[in-house]
Amino acid sequence: MSNKLLIALYISPALLLVLVLVFIPLILSGYYGLMEWDGIGDKTFIGLENYINGLQDMKFWSSAYHSFLLAIFSTLSLGIYLTISFILASKIKGSDLLRKIYLIPMLLSSVAIAQLWIKVYNPSNGILNVFLKQIGVENPPAWLADPSLVLFAIFIPILWQYAGFYILIYYAALKNIPESLIEAARIDGASAFQIATKIKLPLIKEVVSVTVVLAIVGSLKYFDLIYVMTSGGPNGASEVMASYMYKLAFSSYNFGYGSAIGFLLLIITLIVTFIVRKLTTPKERIEY
Amino acid sequence: MKRIGYFFLYFSLLVVALFQIVPLLWLFIFSLKDNREIFAGSPFALPSEFRWENYLKVWDGGIGVYFFNSVWITTLAIVLTVLFASMATFAITRMRWKLSGAVLSLFIIGLMIPIHSALIPLYSMFLSVNLIDNPLGVVITYTAYNLPITMMILLGFYYTLPKEIEEAAVIDGCSVNRMFFQVILPMTTPVMATTVVINMIYNWNEFVFVNTFISSEKYKTLTVGIQNFIGQYMTDWGAIGATLIISVLPIIIAFIFFSNKVVEGISASAVKG
Repeated sequence: MSNKLLIALYISPALLLVLVLVFIPLILSGYYGLMEWDGIGDKTFIGLENYINGLQDMKFWSSAYHSFLLAIFSTLSLGIYLTISFILASKIKGSDLLRKIYLIPMLLSSVAIAQLWIKVYNPSNGILNVFLKQIGVENPPAWLADPSLVLFAIFIPILWQYAGFYILIYYAALKNIPESLIEAARIDGASAFQIATKIKLPLIKEVVSVTVVLAIVGSLKYFDLIYVMTSGGPNGASEVMASYMYKLAFSSYNFGYGSAIGFLLLIITLIVTFIVRKLTTPKERIEY
Repeated sequence: MKRIGYFFLYFSLLVVALFQIVPLLWLFIFSLKDNREIFAGSPFALPSEFRWENYLKVWDGGIGVYFFNSVWITTLAIVLTVLFASMATFAITRMRWKLSGAVLSLFIIGLMIPIHSALIPLYSMFLSVNLIDNPLGVVITYTAYNLPITMMILLGFYYTLPKEIEEAAVIDGCSVNRMFFQVILPMTTPVMATTVVINMIYNWNEFVFVNTFISSEKYKTLTVGIQNFIGQYMTDWGAIGATLIISVLPIIIAFIFFSNKVVEGISASAVKG
């Protein structure tokens, strides 16, 4: 067998699958966005109308706003994860076990997490309100049915789900810092707080930058949990970009417009990834 | 003073651990109760009588079918993904050809794609080749979308394999195929195990593709199945709890036995995004 044929044989299964099922659909999504189409009948070419409608669609912008709010919450929560990781990495007994316990929610499906938290938030029998009533709160809110609270209520399970993941990454980065650096600072009389903020934090800047990108981009793509918990409700108060696109296509059978929104989601994700990378990547690489 | 500080820090770590565990503990406890006891009693009181029949009821009521679908779809997709990813990584790292760099960057870009942007075209492609309401459509989709992350985990390991191994094999007159299947693949067992665990978690928990592509009850996997099922049992909390516990149990068991592999895989998957 010739070498060329062998290479083709080894690379083609993976390459074909990714090209056909990942990349071609992406291009088609941009193309279908130019059509008026119900998914079954004929496509009619209507130019950029769907995209222009998308940019003027208040429902799309409100879903984009919710996605960006989640992105901001997620980024801010990185501070909490980072603090916990600092404590965990400071020679605490049982840190390995704790890290694994933190990770458990990350392993569960978003559907199971959503169903569990629907129960937690149940207005009369959920543990949250049972607890609030016990400590004397008279009329605890109906969390998921309250438009002004629903996004925060959804964010708590997200925090719960991803805590272990980010703590794991930060912990690994902190453990990678050579002990000699810390020792040197200690001999120079630096306090534990100074060591954390002036030495350790700058040394793991690159990892923090990666997690910021992950948190933001992950939030922009967020779907499963919200779709199951509230399906975007009440009255669109928790609609995000992906859930809006999904409904357009698979509930209203507006495939052309749905494709256009899906393509906008892709463009927004790519632009935001690029900007966040540019803003957060440290200028010089740190070697140690 | 230092003691108190240490105690305070430790205490805060335990609070976080409680926050992570308590909802699951509550879920397990109410999965063994009936509604009367759940609504009237204290949430964390042990059930007066352990109602395992909740589990039996939902298993026979349809969860069993979803469970087996999840098992075979997850398994088949893992085998295809890890095999194809290993072959491709082998071709990229161990063979010399012009486009290997370009192909590798294509896989890396594949990591960043939001699946929702591809969903509608995928749906219409599958519709035209009879892969809608066909579990094979789900299997190849899982394979395609998990290939990039699987290859990223494999790459680092393949780069560290010494060149001498292939040279020795070639001198011994070993064909490339035999070298790959009998020398390289066995050597990558530890990293393959990591990719298997990661793929298992992704596939077992996947929701959107099955929800979009599958409509027959007999093909649904657990994530989508429990979603419908819970609609049916909306008011029976014990049954809902049992359903959820069944759906997460295999992953929890895998975690107990292979927690280090899971940790390794999840850290490696941090490049995803």
